[in-house]
Amino acid sequence: MPTLAPLDLDAHCIWAGFLDAVPAFATADGTLHRLDGGHQKTAVHDGLLSAESDGARLLTGGEDGKVAATGGDGRTEAVSEAGRKWVTAVALGPQGAVAWAAGRTAFVRLGTGEVREFVHARTAEGLAFAPKGLRLAVARYNGASLHFPAAQGKPTELEWAGAHFAVTFSPDGQFLVSSMQENALHGWRLADGKHMRMTGYPAKVKSLSWSAWGSAKSRWLASSGANAAIVWPFAGKDGPMGKAPLELGTRGDAAVTAVACHPVDEIAAVGYSDGMILAVRFADAREVLLRRPGKGALSALNWDTRGQRLAFGGESGECGLIDISA
Amino acid sequence: MTETIPVTVLTGYLGAGKTTLLNRILSENHGKRYAVIVNEFGEIGIDNDLIVESDEEIYEMNNGCVCCTVRGDLVRVVEGLMRRPGRFDAIVVETTGLADPAPVAQTFFMDEDVRNKTRLDAVVALVDAKHLPLRLKDAPEAEDQIAFADVVVLNKTDLVSPEELEKVERTVRAINPTARIVRATHSNVPVESVLDQGAFDLKRVLENDPDFLHAEEHHHHDHDHGHDHACGPDCNHDHHHGHDHHHHDHHGHDHHHGEASPIHDVTVKSISLRGGEMDPKKFFPWIEKVTLADGPNILRLKGIIAFKDDPDRFVIQGVHMITEGDHQRPWRDGETHESRLVFIGRELDSEKLKRSFEACQAA
Repeated sequence: MPTLAPLDLDAHCIWAGFLDAVPAFATADGTLHRLDGGHQKTAVHDGLLSAESDGARLLTGGEDGKVAATGGDGRTEAVSEAGRKWVTAVALGPQGAVAWAAGRTAFVRLGTGEVREFVHARTAEGLAFAPKGLRLAVARYNGASLHFPAAQGKPTELEWAGAHFAVTFSPDGQFLVSSMQENALHGWRLADGKHMRMTGYPAKVKSLSWSAWGSAKSRWLASSGANAAIVWPFAGKDGPMGKAPLELGTRGDAAVTAVACHPVDEIAAVGYSDGMILAVRFADAREVLLRRPGKGALSALNWDTRGQRLAFGGESGECGLIDISA
Repeated sequence: MTETIPVTVLTGYLGAGKTTLLNRILSENHGKRYAVIVNEFGEIGIDNDLIVESDEEIYEMNNGCVCCTVRGDLVRVVEGLMRRPGRFDAIVVETTGLADPAPVAQTFFMDEDVRNKTRLDAVVALVDAKHLPLRLKDAPEAEDQIAFADVVVLNKTDLVSPEELEKVERTVRAINPTARIVRATHSNVPVESVLDQGAFDLKRVLENDPDFLHAEEHHHHDHDHGHDHACGPDCNHDHHHGHDHHHHDHHGHDHHHGEASPIHDVTVKSISLRGGEMDPKKFFPWIEKVTLADGPNILRLKGIIAFKDDPDRFVIQGVHMITEGDHQRPWRDGETHESRLVFIGRELDSEKLKRSFEACQAA
């Protein structure tokens, strides 16, 4: 039986997950809450806007123009505090690289400490590092730009008309997928730039999660933005083209607002606009209730590295931990 | 669901006094807290206020429809602001002098997330009384901003003669007959005359709109004998020459009778339609067809429609292709069941609109 330990906070949860196995919750007021021998609070920003973790550190960007990296021990490193502009996206990369975006500029701090700037014609909306090598994707109006921060030279431009506000690489680095203002995903096969259109969402896709990159047959991208978790098959070299996605955890009275694929098994945790959480198995769409509806929409969802505990957070500040190991 | 936060959009050409008005809104002791979205921090500097700088970012949709154009930066900033909703009571968006107000307004209708959490209260345009004639010659944006506005603050009135002011006000009125005009020097308007207007609120739109009601009066006074509805193509014209009826000027009609049109550089026109009780089966397909076909040319539309056998007034308002309509309140005893609709736009065929509107009347 899953057991649920609630943690009621008083601000919108932007990120919930684990930092070196310590449960942590970052809220919009800029506080990082850790459950580390009691409820520990660290004031990181005056207003949190963006957060991403590699499992050890949480990189955050704020309304205060600051970028910070905080570990499971609560120690915060100031990465940048230069700007007055909102830091609306952050990303953690390999080799100690971190990236953030403010306005039209994307910044990369390399492992050496050197900071590179990439100015775009339009706002740098979403950021993602490729899993290997040092490559940064920037979602922007009419496509995405791929930068190689360690080398000089021009970026690779991937064009697709419309506004792209988030971006993610597949775990093998073969595909880049963006989320668009017009309720769709767009994908590029990086080897040849082939387009992949993933449409039909009634709302914007704000949560994307890749499954464990197992055997060639079990590679998936789960997404929010509909009244079910839409899970696209990425097995094979063509990605999801010509294949129908799975629709898991379909509900008539609520929309999916957050998804998190289990790190080992073909299961996704699915969070809804009413705060409910289900675990759904890909193979047979079987559902297990993990949390009953709460006060508001689920906004954050992440498993620990072994897939035993799930951290969740909601827009209303309702957060908590669900343990499925028992 | 928490209550939505009102948003005021402040437009106006460079130097019209937007920053001064903004500073006034922020510094006056009205007990409300504002979040302000600006293009540049510039000279707005009141401590402890929530001021967000944001690069104007126009998103056109893949379908190429101008009416679906939104401001991407507003989508992002509003989403960020609304994650910490306790900090402010309202949002003010200051646009650049050259900004087209349509995408700003459309953001509040087209983007689901923004629409769920905020509501557009009004578009306020600041106009430099001294330089408007010049602006209209060299900047189509200035005209668009007036055409689009719910409230026009006619600023710097101390820099012009009473005659010039009259003329400028008539120009504004010619471009936009439904906006409320507030005269000011140094942007010194009462804050309550620009904020909390409910201009897009179907429960309030036109209900207490002095100009709209006034227009009605004038129609009664001046047109009833001849042509009782549908001002048609000569509407602006008549209004200028015949009876100068902006709402400040309650006394005195016909002051400018016979004067040559002072308005050479206005490309926007308004078309005021009047009719009796409408047949909903004809009216709704008609308005849909009109906004679909002429959407890009329609800047704003507002109207009160009387439907046959319907005890309630129906109000409608629109921005380009987006229209919203709802029942507002029961018709009052003695109130004439008539339909009025105003289009503000360019290249609109007033004869055709008039004819097809009248064809929607109930038999």
